[in-house]
This record gives sequence, structure tokens and C-alpha cells, in this order.
Amino acid sequence: MNKNIKNEMKIEFSSKSANEAFARISVAAFASQLDPTIEEIADIKTSVSEAVTNSIIHAYPNKDGIVKLRARLLEDEIEIEVSDTGEGIENIEEAKVPLFTTKGNLERSGMGFTIMENFMDELKVESIVGLGTKVTMNKKIKKTKELEKNTY
Amino acid sequence: MNVKHFIEDKVLLFEFTEELDHHIAEKIRKRSDYEIQRFMPKRVIMDFKKVNFMDSAGIGLIIGRYKSTNCYGGTLELMNVNNKIKRIFEMSGVLKIVPITSDFREAKQTG
Repeated sequence: MNKNIKNEMKIEFSSKSANEAFARISVAAFASQLDPTIEEIADIKTSVSEAVTNSIIHAYPNKDGIVKLRARLLEDEIEIEVSDTGEGIENIEEAKVPLFTTKGNLERSGMGFTIMENFMDELKVESIVGLGTKVTMNKKIKKTKELEKNTY
Repeated sequence: MNVKHFIEDKVLLFEFTEELDHHIAEKIRKRSDYEIQRFMPKRVIMDFKKVNFMDSAGIGLIIGRYKSTNCYGGTLELMNVNNKIKRIFEMSGVLKIVPITSDFREAKQTG
């Protein structure tokens, strides 16, 4: 599956909750190059927020760590990768079950992966306990209007 | 978040003005529980009119306040929920226990 990468960006930031807004706004700004609808942008922002919040809360519960965010623009699609080097997920299938949470005391709803699955077209979760987690999600951006051919 | 207390109706209104993510929810949670304990309202209403972003942290925030409101014998209602936010609530089933109501202030003015 060699898709043509049109553009790519990477950011790394501390696992501080203040960065949740920074992360989703950055990806939304980057994704705007594909001329998405407001709906599509909202779906992307929510999904990024979920993935990044997971890393902040679950990967590094008692310490600060680094969250990595990479986004790639493909022909008519955005691919977003959120990764950490934290605790990892023991049972990914269980973690994906709606309303399942290990952090009920923090008022987490257990809906993070369900939202990502619903708002994006593809979701892949890879994790190794003690090493970290990588979440990769793709969303097709429908071409809403004829884009002018820009020559950069 | 703006907090409005209608003494005669025993209504406590939380008007959210920020993006409801995990970071903000932590702050709202503390403030709102403080206000609920202070006024022990019959009805707590959350106004989403000015919320232009919400993720799953919003669900946790609602379930948590549902519990703290119940503790004092009150009920929790939501208002001005747009379709984007509604979709997230519907996925979680939270609307089965917390209803969406019409705008309290408008109803108060006209009724």
C-alpha cells in the first residue's frame, strides 16, 4: 500500500493536558489543505483529542512523557498517528469496548476508541506493555469542489 | 463557565463557554460540584450553546454531575445541544438518564 504522500508534519509535546487543544488545532490547521468540510474537521479534531488524551492519562499516569503526533496528507485522505512510550495497553480489544475504562475515578467515560472508530474511516491500535502505544487513524476527505491547480 | 442561580426556581444553570476536553473538564468538575453542594438545587441545567468543541470528557463530566446532583435530590438536564455534541452523547447512551430540555431562560420569559 504505497500511497502518494503529499505533505507530512510531526510534532512532539509534553504529556500535559493543556496540549490537548494544541494538538487537535494543529492537525485541523494542517488538514485544511485537503479542503475538508466543517463536519470532517470536527471529526478529526475530536478523534485527535481522544487519542492524545489517552496518551496523557494512560501512558504516563504519574510522570511527564512525550507524545508524538504525525499527520500525513495522502491524495484524498489524512493519516494521523499518535504515539507514546508509556505503559502500553494490556488488552486492546477490552480497551475498545464502549464504556470500558480503567480510569473511572477520573470521570473518564470509556468512549475514546468508540468515538475514534466512528469518526474516522480506519483505526489501528498497536501496543506493547511497558513500551508504549501507537494509534493510527485514517479519514477520507471527500472532494467537495474542484480545486484550482496550484503550482507551488 | 458562567454559573447562574435562580433562587425562586431552585435552578442552577451552568453555561459552558469553553472547549470541553479533558483539560477543561477537570476544572469545571471542581467548580460545578462546589456550586451544587452550596445551593443544593432541585434542577441543574447545563447549557451547551457556546460550546464549539466537545470530546468524550463531556460525557464523563455529565455522568459525574448527574451523580452529584442526585446526591442532593436534584435532577440534571441539558439544553442547546447541537448535532455534533448530540452524536457523541448518543453513542454513550447518556441521554437515557439525562434529558435534553428546552431553553430554561426563554421558557421563563415567555411562560
